[in-house]
Amino acid sequence: MYAFDIERPTRLTDAVKLLSDATDSQPLGGGQTLIPALKARLAAPERLVCLSGVDEIKGICTADDGALCIGGGTCHADVAAGAGAYPALASLAANIGDPAVRNRGTIGGSLANNDPSACYPAALLASGATVVTTNRKIAADDFFEGMFTTSLEDGEIITEVRFPVPEKANYQKFEQPASRFALVGVFVAKYADGVRVAVTGASEDGVFRWSEAEAALSSDFSAGAIEGLSLPGDGMISDMHGSADYRAHLVGVVTRRAVTAAG
Amino acid sequence: MPKDGGIGASTKRREDVRFLTGTGNYTDDINLRGQAYVHFLRSDVAHGRLNTVDTSAAEGMPGVIRIFTGKDFEGIGGLPCGWQVTDRHGEVMQEPGHPVLAQGKVRHVGDPIAAVVAETREQARDAAEAIELDIEELPAVVDMKAALEDGAPKVHDDLTSNLCYDWGFVEENKAAVDEAFKSAAHVTTLELVNNRLVANPMEPRVAVGDYNRSTGDHTLYTTSQNPHVIRLLMGAFVLGIPEHKLRVVAPDVGGGFGSKIFHYAEEAFCTFAAKALNRPVKWTCSRSEAFITDAHGRDHVTKIELALDAENNFTALRTDTYANMGAYLSTFAPSVPTWLHGTLMAGNYKTPLIYVNVKAVFTNTVPVDAYRGAGRPEATYQLERVIDKAARELGVDPIALRRQNFITEFPYATPVAVEYDTGDYHATMDKLEEIGDFKGFAARRKESEAKGRLRGLGINCYIEACGIAPSNLVGQLGARAGLYESATVRVNATGGLVVMTGSHSHGQGHETSFAQVVAEMIGIDADQVEIVHGDTANTPMGMGTYGSRSIAVGGSAMVRATEKIINKAKKIAAHLMEASEADIELKDGQFSVAGTDKSVAWGDVTLAAYVPHNYPLEDIEPGLEETAFYDPSNFTYPSGAYACEVEVDPETGRVTIERFAAADDFGNIINPMIVSGQVHGGIGQGIGQALLEACVYDENGQLQSGSYMDYAMPRADDVPFYEVDHSCQTPCTHNPLGVKGCGEAGAIGSPPSVVNAVIDALQSGGKNVTHIDMPLSPSRVWQAMQG
Repeated sequence: MYAFDIERPTRLTDAVKLLSDATDSQPLGGGQTLIPALKARLAAPERLVCLSGVDEIKGICTADDGALCIGGGTCHADVAAGAGAYPALASLAANIGDPAVRNRGTIGGSLANNDPSACYPAALLASGATVVTTNRKIAADDFFEGMFTTSLEDGEIITEVRFPVPEKANYQKFEQPASRFALVGVFVAKYADGVRVAVTGASEDGVFRWSEAEAALSSDFSAGAIEGLSLPGDGMISDMHGSADYRAHLVGVVTRRAVTAAG
Repeated sequence: MPKDGGIGASTKRREDVRFLTGTGNYTDDINLRGQAYVHFLRSDVAHGRLNTVDTSAAEGMPGVIRIFTGKDFEGIGGLPCGWQVTDRHGEVMQEPGHPVLAQGKVRHVGDPIAAVVAETREQARDAAEAIELDIEELPAVVDMKAALEDGAPKVHDDLTSNLCYDWGFVEENKAAVDEAFKSAAHVTTLELVNNRLVANPMEPRVAVGDYNRSTGDHTLYTTSQNPHVIRLLMGAFVLGIPEHKLRVVAPDVGGGFGSKIFHYAEEAFCTFAAKALNRPVKWTCSRSEAFITDAHGRDHVTKIELALDAENNFTALRTDTYANMGAYLSTFAPSVPTWLHGTLMAGNYKTPLIYVNVKAVFTNTVPVDAYRGAGRPEATYQLERVIDKAARELGVDPIALRRQNFITEFPYATPVAVEYDTGDYHATMDKLEEIGDFKGFAARRKESEAKGRLRGLGINCYIEACGIAPSNLVGQLGARAGLYESATVRVNATGGLVVMTGSHSHGQGHETSFAQVVAEMIGIDADQVEIVHGDTANTPMGMGTYGSRSIAVGGSAMVRATEKIINKAKKIAAHLMEASEADIELKDGQFSVAGTDKSVAWGDVTLAAYVPHNYPLEDIEPGLEETAFYDPSNFTYPSGAYACEVEVDPETGRVTIERFAAADDFGNIINPMIVSGQVHGGIGQGIGQALLEACVYDENGQLQSGSYMDYAMPRADDVPFYEVDHSCQTPCTHNPLGVKGCGEAGAIGSPPSVVNAVIDALQSGGKNVTHIDMPLSPSRVWQAMQG
């Protein structure tokens, strides 16, 4: 770890101010990615702006339109315990990492990092959720821009994520044996106006929507409706844990299982 | 029912109080006044010519005390190899130098180039980043067969090739074996890989060097399984420090699994630098660093052939193995694929003719050496896989095929130079069939199939040679060390004892089970007995702990020393009771005169030994302290039969272990709970190898599985509850306790049954899959199912 300064603001406006001054600063959410990167000397910010003291971006509530609103600084364990209105999302949060990760890592931090194998991006995209930041609102479809890349600008903080609650939904994760991140994770959500299917872990471009499956499931929400439907291996991640073809195959299997589990 | 604290009792482990409450004293807990910290700058390329190492900028960095490079170690010994193998042509192996810090070339990712000593760890690391390196990258050799091709880049320019040795065993049998294959009714052939593993003990390695300028005494605190061996190797061969000026301390050590047997460069460096700088120097390995510096395990590529006659009797066995040595010869590396592997190829079977060929190969990878089982798991895996394949090809029951070929008469001299003293392979197989509930398997398979899963049952037997080893024998085989063990028993005036053992405990529970043996012999409570180990200053010269040797060899030394104590105590007791020594009996801590009601307590005798007012001073010396060295006359041969039941998800290839049963014969047992724990841990590691652990290098010699993000260690939910039984006991005939050793059995015995079970499951689903190389990850199993 290189030496750095740390600020622990308690108000969002102070955090924004710190992130926009002349010092090279990086926001620190739960630190589940950034701290290991610092320890390995893979990152060298001059200053960390720790968001864990900013209470106004924590918590879970239901908006007037029924959307489940989760503060960007809410840790996974709190989502697991408090997102009962959206059981598939609560279950996803309950199965991220281990208890230590779930009690430190935050939804905002995970989304801003956009690890290609993280769970939350699939929930965001499959739910057509909205990311609320200190500057604006960003639709899920506009948020992710490829592996570890999002449309967030420097100094922009995720304050809230608004999830429309679907009629049915489920997230299935097929774990990579070592990291237990998603080798392939699929979030399926059925809304009145159609079904959305988001896939994490598989693609070199990060989380993506599987449009063929969405179309088939929108007319018939059953595992049978997508039997035989498959993705090509092109553009899928290929590594020691599985070939591109294996991941493409798993997307079909895991999607069918998610549909079946959604009921 | 054995008395708590005596032999046979499941006495709770006394050491766990400190381990579980965070009050252990590990090497990293040791901090000396004025200590400096070293950070090693390591090669990030697998093979390269080291043109310049420019430390000038780094030397001016804050906190830097001194930067060492290979130049500082010119004229100083390199790390020695403790075993010399002679090849099938009578030539000794090629033995390259192994400098403490790289000289001229770097040969694997992780090879240390420079050592920065600074006031703090972070300062040392900062300065290491400022060292300017000019390395001319050379093509790396990673694949063993490619490394042996003509024109392959040489890991060591001064050797004739990358071949360390070409070993044949038993060379005289080769023609007869080849002949037997020609006349065989059936031959089963299997090519397989025994996957390279990273040991990953919970505690990474640490070394603290210290030097006392006024006395000239060196001290090294280190994470070692054998402090005396380190003292001898480092003192005599690397740094030229005589043993009486060098103390090596291995305090609490958090697991070793073989990887802490070896003498490593960092130990020599810290000892050397402490004197050069006149300050203690400490190194703590990071987990990332451990992946590229701790010796790896296994990494064999083998073709095995089994010949059978028309009645399915095994008639001959032939193997052709490539064994990876890595970039340098680690301390005991040459012995693992040879004498710890070839001698076990008979397994539990009366195959009359066996020939083993092993080519040991240098590559641009981390050195490979002994890892839990060391050679014996590689032998067992090949043999038990090829037998299973043969049974399938012949359409016979794999258990019946094994039983038909079991060795049943003991002692049994194998065609691979060892003699099994005892064993009862049918008994352990009978026990396995019972605890594995094989009768219920068909119903369980149906249940799995109803869920869309394939279920398989795999079994295997194993035999291992433990209690290493008769010194005169291993000396003939190339060992540059003796392999006896030692114990000093010091009785205090008021009756308590301290047993100082040359073996070392790094999680095995010796402090509990060793105390049980001595307490039982004297008939006192175990809490009267203290076990001391791990410090060359207060233990007799001993060879340490590996190869499941501690109770068989170290325990035997302890028994011999305790016998001497008892014999002397009886003389004192005879004097005190004015009786004949021949009439003295010791029971429950009381000395009595046979046929009378006269007795004296243990404590009365020990007090008399140290307050010899009424004492036979003309016949014996006062005091009660004895030392014994024990050199075994043979190895011990634990054996057993294991069974694994798996479910395979045919859509994803994911394997889950549903049941695991182990029936072992360890001879006599001191503490059944500790033995079960050793078996549990061993099976967990075996399942790790079979399903999860893949140490993968790319073609440039970069370690792709260099962290827990990619290297999968077994976790609690990867393993089932085990059915473990060790009631089949054929005691060892040649050591005083009749014990055989249990530390490695689980890791040796479990991988084949896991793989056999997966093959069985896939075959039950109509898939013609005959082999998959470990680890059987979901992607590999799925790929195999695609045909």
